[in-house]
Amino acid sequence: MTENREDEILGKAYDSNLMKRLLSYVKPYARYVVFAILLNIVVAALGPVRPYLTKIAIDDYIVESNFNGLLLIGLLLVASLIFQAVIQYFLTYYTQLMGQKIIYDLRTKLFNHIQKLALRFFDRTPIGRTVTRVTNDIESLNELFSSGIVMVFSDIFIILWILVFMFFMSWELSLVALSVLPVLVYATFLFRRKVRDAYRDVRKHLARLNSYMQEHIGGMNVVQIFTKENEELQKFSKINTDHKQANINSIFYYAVFYPFVEILSSAAVALIIWYGGGNVIQGTLTIGVLFAFIQYTEMFFRPVRDLSEKYNIMQTAMASSERIFKLFDDNTMIQNPEHPERLNKVKGKIEFQNVWFAYNPEEYVLKDVSFKINPGETVAIVGHTGAGKTSIINILTRFYDIQKGSILFDGLNIAALDKRELRKHISIVLQDVYLFAGTIKTNISLNSPDISEERIVEAARTVGAYDFISKLSDGFDSEVKEKGATLSVGQKQLISFARALAYDPKILILDEATSSVDTETEKLIQQAILKLLKGRTSIVIAHRLSTIQNSDKIIVMHKGEIKEMGTHRELLAKRDIYFKLYQLQYKDQEITKTA
Amino acid sequence: MGSLLQLNKYLFRYKTKLVLGISFILVSNAAGVLIPLFIKDAIDGLRTVFSNITVYDSAKVYDIVLNNGILIFIAAVVSGFFRFLIRQTIIVVSREIEYDIRQDFWTHIQRLPLRFFQNNSTGNIMAHATNDIGAVRMYVGPAVMYSIDTISTFIIVIALMITINIPLTIYTLLPLPILSFFVYKLSKRIHKKFTLIQEKFSELTTKAQESFSGIRVIKSYVKEQNEVDAFNKLSNEYLIRNMDKVKIQALFMPLLYLIAGTSVIIVIILGGSMVINGTLSLGEITAFVVFLGYLIWPTIAFGWVANIIQQADASMKRLDKIMNEKYEIEDSAKTDFSITDINGEIEFENVSFKYNDGSDYVLRNINLKIPCGSTIAIIGHTGEGKSTMVNLIARLYDIKEGTIKIDGNPINTIPLKILRKSIGLVPQETFLFSETLANNILYGVNQKDKELVKKYSSVAMLDKDVDDFPNGYDTMIGERGITLSGGQKQRTCLARALAVEPRVLILDDSFSAIDTGTEEGILKNLSSYFAGRTSILISHRISTIRNADKIIVLDKGRIVEEGLHDELVALGGIYADIHLKQLLEEELEEIN
Ligand SMILES: Nc1ncnc2c1ncn2[C@@H]1O[C@H](COP(=O)(O)OP(=O)(O)OP(=O)(O)O)[C@@H](O)[C@H]1O
Ligand SMILES: Nc1ncnc2c1ncn2[C@@H]1O[C@H](COP(=O)(O)OP(=O)(O)OP(=O)(O)O)[C@@H](O)[C@H]1O
Ligand SMILES: [Mg+2]
Ligand SMILES: [Mg+2]
Repeated sequence: MTENREDEILGKAYDSNLMKRLLSYVKPYARYVVFAILLNIVVAALGPVRPYLTKIAIDDYIVESNFNGLLLIGLLLVASLIFQAVIQYFLTYYTQLMGQKIIYDLRTKLFNHIQKLALRFFDRTPIGRTVTRVTNDIESLNELFSSGIVMVFSDIFIILWILVFMFFMSWELSLVALSVLPVLVYATFLFRRKVRDAYRDVRKHLARLNSYMQEHIGGMNVVQIFTKENEELQKFSKINTDHKQANINSIFYYAVFYPFVEILSSAAVALIIWYGGGNVIQGTLTIGVLFAFIQYTEMFFRPVRDLSEKYNIMQTAMASSERIFKLFDDNTMIQNPEHPERLNKVKGKIEFQNVWFAYNPEEYVLKDVSFKINPGETVAIVGHTGAGKTSIINILTRFYDIQKGSILFDGLNIAALDKRELRKHISIVLQDVYLFAGTIKTNISLNSPDISEERIVEAARTVGAYDFISKLSDGFDSEVKEKGATLSVGQKQLISFARALAYDPKILILDEATSSVDTETEKLIQQAILKLLKGRTSIVIAHRLSTIQNSDKIIVMHKGEIKEMGTHRELLAKRDIYFKLYQLQYKDQEITKTA
Repeated sequence: MGSLLQLNKYLFRYKTKLVLGISFILVSNAAGVLIPLFIKDAIDGLRTVFSNITVYDSAKVYDIVLNNGILIFIAAVVSGFFRFLIRQTIIVVSREIEYDIRQDFWTHIQRLPLRFFQNNSTGNIMAHATNDIGAVRMYVGPAVMYSIDTISTFIIVIALMITINIPLTIYTLLPLPILSFFVYKLSKRIHKKFTLIQEKFSELTTKAQESFSGIRVIKSYVKEQNEVDAFNKLSNEYLIRNMDKVKIQALFMPLLYLIAGTSVIIVIILGGSMVINGTLSLGEITAFVVFLGYLIWPTIAFGWVANIIQQADASMKRLDKIMNEKYEIEDSAKTDFSITDINGEIEFENVSFKYNDGSDYVLRNINLKIPCGSTIAIIGHTGEGKSTMVNLIARLYDIKEGTIKIDGNPINTIPLKILRKSIGLVPQETFLFSETLANNILYGVNQKDKELVKKYSSVAMLDKDVDDFPNGYDTMIGERGITLSGGQKQRTCLARALAVEPRVLILDDSFSAIDTGTEEGILKNLSSYFAGRTSILISHRISTIRNADKIIVLDKGRIVEEGLHDELVALGGIYADIHLKQLLEEELEEIN
């Protein structure tokens, strides 16, 4: 799958389009940026001013034996230090505040966007990856916004100020000191390229390592049941080794680059001593200037080295933002009409008219499906596994949009309705049960304030879950683990059933809602909801025919098509598919009959 | 600090490289500190130009300057070369150790019982595997490197400074302990805030994880806005905690420069007046300033390292907690390694079981004999212990009361690998890997055999469905099998278990999402393919289990009825009741 490569996107360290989009998030905080840059210009000058002051101290006071002058310079130095410290504090505080605010905006906006995406998106995207987008990827932008952008300015200003002071004191010696610069620029350039490749490798292998672990922690019981520990360990070792090797490869470049910059910096000092020393002998330069220059080279190389470090931040941030914006651009959404039709009094009439539907282009799983459900009716859908029963539910609630035909709800096309309103009228017990980490109570109410405690208990009673819940240590407040790990499968299903009832829907859809529940409980539920279903429309999907025999209408699906439709009696009389299904299930009954 | 001792065994593994690395640090530092001395000599040489001695040999001074310039360069190259070697040894070792720890971690994790994975969320385990191991690596690599670097630089530089001028050394060094102390204190507070931030971040991650995993439920109940609100709230709390940290952290660098700058100013004022008094040379002052430059970074590093060590210690403690988790279920002294295969006779003797010490019994006094080659079925109400009972056979949990025997051997004497290999357990909840369909089916088999895939797909009646997939068996399955229908998932899991050709086949409600027609076909296939093997079927459907050699009814953790279908129907108990309920009412009328 090409999708898998997404985590391996690396991009460039600088991409003007991406930068433009990123900057659009900075816009609301333009005041902060201007303020920060102004402070930076001031603060950047304060560092380089000190060696200049020391130069004055040496040349004008120490060499001239003027103690008072020396003291004055000392005071100036202290003052500049304190001033710098104070500005620096506010600068850091405000840039961080800005960064955090931008991050907050981006993160909540992205989460909001993801919540709106259609199920199609979630079908093809591993959860772990989407989670990484709103967590780690956004986090790596934090560094860009809160230290990156502003700090890059600050480094550039520092370098500029240093140059100003150096050229002011001696342009000749400045040129000598800067003669190492071309080498440095070239080295940095080479380093960047090498490190980018190495870094790309590291990211790629890290992503693999994480997704491997994530998936296998979830499926550890399968690994153990099939005793695949050794094979899996081998797979893991390979990924782990690749990850290590990628890291070791990248160490090499850092190991070469950092010492090299240090050597260059010392080379510059050596040059200054040699050339400047000569000038001093000739009397064209003072010792103070020499001294200041030695300090400047130190100062000069630090931001240069930092810049290459910041390059990493930039690169990570760019790669992350590329993935983030890609997600923002993903418009796999079920569009809501601009002016949705209003549903007044919901009656619960549903009509499918020649509906065609495919998950993947041209692979139709529903073909020309038409049926009608009148308000208050209970309709059952039966058919072989994979026939398309769940798909009918998926399109009725607009989890997916259909390709051809139309679906009407109370006579209105569902595409013209507000999908949220449509879904609010429908409660579904999904075939794939999902419980949230929390308590039994929150799992039934989904934290809805409208659902009272009594209603929760009532719903649990109706589905026959009350007994086992009250036996749990904390009753309805008992903890539910991730995915409901410590409950039996049937118990989970009952809780998810109770959830649907607690919402008191106009239309109830049961997709194999009791497939893992014993017959006695199932019968009890059926009787209990009979009352509840009075005047409401319901759709029931079930393989156990006993569950659905009383339906007003039974729809028999086969390979995406409706093959038969009618009441239990009518379908039996037809002696076709339904009859065969029925025969299979009730063979011994047949035997008793003929006997 | 105790937990970090655990690392010794790893460090020991790479002792040669580490010792080398440490000596490289020493050499590099020794060469590095020479540079200020050369600068000093050069400047003092130049100073003679301005001295009152009128005659000076300008060629000689020039030689001094040139020589020192060259020496500076050489010292820098030597020091730099060894810095390269330091990274290539110590940092590389840190990656090696990171690898080793992660490897050990995963090996360990794989052997932990199911219970562990139920009690710890995936996000939590992942955090250990990534953040905690990362923190420990920081200790092994950078922390070790910088602390040795710091200490050696300190000793050498201070010794040299003392040889130049003792009082000035003392005065200029005065601010440095304050600096270190201050870095340490601040880091500690920052660390505390940081832990709080991490907690929020992990809450944020968990929230995202749950919101996306449960997206179907959320959309069905139109809860998107609730999720967004909750997430915004968490994000905001996260922002506040971050800014709490920033308030302190922003102090860090400014105060640092302030204190370090003070040292430099002391040198210039005090040193300057010494020069005026003639007790210090200009070159010495320069050397002092450069030396200070050498000391400031290590001083900062000192506080920082102290912090890394603390964090690594905390992380190591967390890792240790996991590494000390008992395997619970493993081969032991009781294991009889002469057992190399299993026939399939299973016997429960007085088995009672509860999940937690405090909780109620889930199974009580189970006695049951399953002859080799027979098919038995288990039926019973929701949550009465059916899954528990079969999970015990595969030792997903261990029993404390009673014994389960296979072929007469208690299962805890059978090598775990043999036991699990011989049992094909299809868990009630489906789990598929995000791989191709074929790879999922072949998961338990070590060969990539297309024929095998076809064969067992047809036994599991999956082949007809796959024929309709454009990519056939090469179809990629979404995470956890998300793009398959309920019944397709179940049949893929079934095919996967069948492909192993186990001696004992256990199907835990594996037909719940499958229609009766398909089910009947599968059962028929199974009876011909798996004749002579033991099978255990759990189902709520009479149609699945009616033909079993023995049906047992579990109620409140006890076996309350057992026998053949007809016998149980005749018995008129729970089973007969279930049977009756599954009949169609209409037909009943006709019978009566
Ligand atoms: N999200 C999806 N993406 C792609 N294909 C899908 C998706 N969900 C289902 N399908 C395919 O669509 C077909 C119909 O699936 P559906 O889930 O509607 O079947 P079903 O009748 O509910 O079956 P079951 O009884 O097994 O639950 C199947 O072949 C399935 O593989
Ligand atoms: N890991 C666990 N930790 C604690 N309690 C558990 C755990 N797994 C199951 N239980 C509890 O043990 C009891 C028996 O569960 P089990 O899964 O064996 O039931 P079951 O008979 O298979 O039910 P179903 O028909 O719903 O599959 C239930 O009450 C359940 O809540
Ligand atoms: Mg379905
Ligand atoms: Mg079960």
